[in-house]
Amino acid sequence: MVKINNKKLAKFLGYKAIRLLILLIVIAAISFIMVQLSPIDPVKAYLGQRIVSQEQLAIMGEYWGTNLSLGERVFGWLSTLASGSMGFSLIYRVPVTEVIVQKFTASFTLMAVSWVISAVVGFGLGVLAGAKEGTWVDKAIKTYCYILQSTPTFWIGLVLLMVFSVYLGWFPIGLSVPIGQLSDTVTFWQWLYRLILPAITLSIVGIASLTMYTRDKLINVKRSDYFLFAQARGESFWGTIKNHGIRNILLPAITIQFMSFNELFGGTILVEQVFAYPGIGQATVAAGLRSDVPLLLGIVIVSTIFVFVGNLIADMVYEYVDPRLKGEDDE
Amino acid sequence: MSDLPWYNRGLFSSLNLRQKTLLTIALTGLLLLVIFISGMMINANLPTDFSIKMQPPSFEHIFGTDWMGRDMFIRTIKGLSLSIMIGIGASIISSIIATILAFVASINKFCDSFVSWLIDLFASIPHILLIMMISIALGKGAFGVIMAVAFSHWVNLTRVLRAEVLQINTSEYVALSKRFGKSKLWIAKEHILPLVLSQIFVGTLLVFPHAIMHESSVTFLGFGLSPHEPAIGIILSESMTYLAMGAWWLAFFPGLALLIVVLLFDIIGDNLKRLFDPSQANN
Repeated sequence: MVKINNKKLAKFLGYKAIRLLILLIVIAAISFIMVQLSPIDPVKAYLGQRIVSQEQLAIMGEYWGTNLSLGERVFGWLSTLASGSMGFSLIYRVPVTEVIVQKFTASFTLMAVSWVISAVVGFGLGVLAGAKEGTWVDKAIKTYCYILQSTPTFWIGLVLLMVFSVYLGWFPIGLSVPIGQLSDTVTFWQWLYRLILPAITLSIVGIASLTMYTRDKLINVKRSDYFLFAQARGESFWGTIKNHGIRNILLPAITIQFMSFNELFGGTILVEQVFAYPGIGQATVAAGLRSDVPLLLGIVIVSTIFVFVGNLIADMVYEYVDPRLKGEDDE
Repeated sequence: MSDLPWYNRGLFSSLNLRQKTLLTIALTGLLLLVIFISGMMINANLPTDFSIKMQPPSFEHIFGTDWMGRDMFIRTIKGLSLSIMIGIGASIISSIIATILAFVASINKFCDSFVSWLIDLFASIPHILLIMMISIALGKGAFGVIMAVAFSHWVNLTRVLRAEVLQINTSEYVALSKRFGKSKLWIAKEHILPLVLSQIFVGTLLVFPHAIMHESSVTFLGFGLSPHEPAIGIILSESMTYLAMGAWWLAFFPGLALLIVVLLFDIIGDNLKRLFDPSQANN
């Protein structure tokens, strides 16, 4: 049973909350300035090849706010942010918060599923490779991870799409909703069916680093004296791995997995683009390509919080769950 | 260890580990150089021939042809050399940033915490998002991508260098130089830089694969090189249109080629690391 010192936890969380606040302010400011400095004209980017009259161009400029000076834009954006809203998405024409909540829930399922899969499979493979160090099993897993680390995420997605959707025809080519159906009439199974390929792609990418990490840790444990002693005492090999290996490496592995939220988010953007999965990644790309500044900044803020929470959980796992670190200042 | 590992048998059995490492580096380096130079020499405006459009791989066109009848193999090589060029630019700039920041961190305590804070800041935004933002801010194109990748990849090297510089700063010879009244700049130049130079070099090479991969990713998403250039990311995003028609070769081979190039750079980086840092050679 994990016993948590409330006072210490409150202090820890308070400190982290202040850090997050400062971080968000700085990131919001920097990213806003960066987007505003861009030489890309949002009106032109939105219109593309279409030809419009001068008056229409002026109306568009007003809608996008390009007729205002930089100072006015900064002030306007900061005042909307201070009032608690993130502004109005220019391309979806609804408040940014609404877009983000809707898109993020779709992506969250995708990320959560692949996060869990990659955690379980990655850890399992890592333990297997570490336990069988030097054998062909280990070499196969190592080569696999090595190659995987140099593979672009979106290419894996493309290859899976080619094999399973185009060639074998097992899965639809894209979209989270069948064509000709409203998104709220989709059944759970239809939705799950369309989640399989993106989730597999995303988890394949996440496996490599965790597996290599787990393998190295387990090999370290295997070289330790207590492991040797356990073997000398006559415990079975897999028994020692279970009792001395996994118990020691599980916690750092979980921590690593929580710290991978950064890559997970990046992978989601790419995977959603390949599979046309309407989540936060597609929204990000659309916002970036068509200069929807409020939405893009909203996504930056939300994703920063997302990554921060991952790191925070990793920190907390280290500080509070590890039984070896308890008892020093708890009394 | 009774049985010999694979690399100690057969053709190269007379070489020692160091020679083998050097041989690996030389061969992979040569291969990459060939790809790079031949890509540079290819004219970007390939002839279009609609009579041979969308042909699957054959002996004449080993990677097949695209929807305008252009040979995919030539386009891929050109794309790879573009990727390598951007990778070189981005990793050199990112190492320069990392070196400067590592030395700035060693000035005093305030600077050190500032650099640590900067590291935290950059590590807390998802990488791809950061690259996208910087690329947008600089107006996309090759310059935008190089800068974007450079400004998002200095973090790891800075961490390593900062720790290294801190450690060297506590050594006796640095303390002695200080007593002799040498300036901080002199110490940095004469004592610290020569010692971390190999780390910087290896760090640059290790950034390379990431740089290439991220470049192709943002280009794929549409935030990198312009659609007129035959970058791998562009080729792959084009291929998505034809995927449903079964034109698998448009996506498969360019991606595989990119994977191989990234892997080759990885191999060079790892081997050089072993050469420079023999204590890690057993891993």
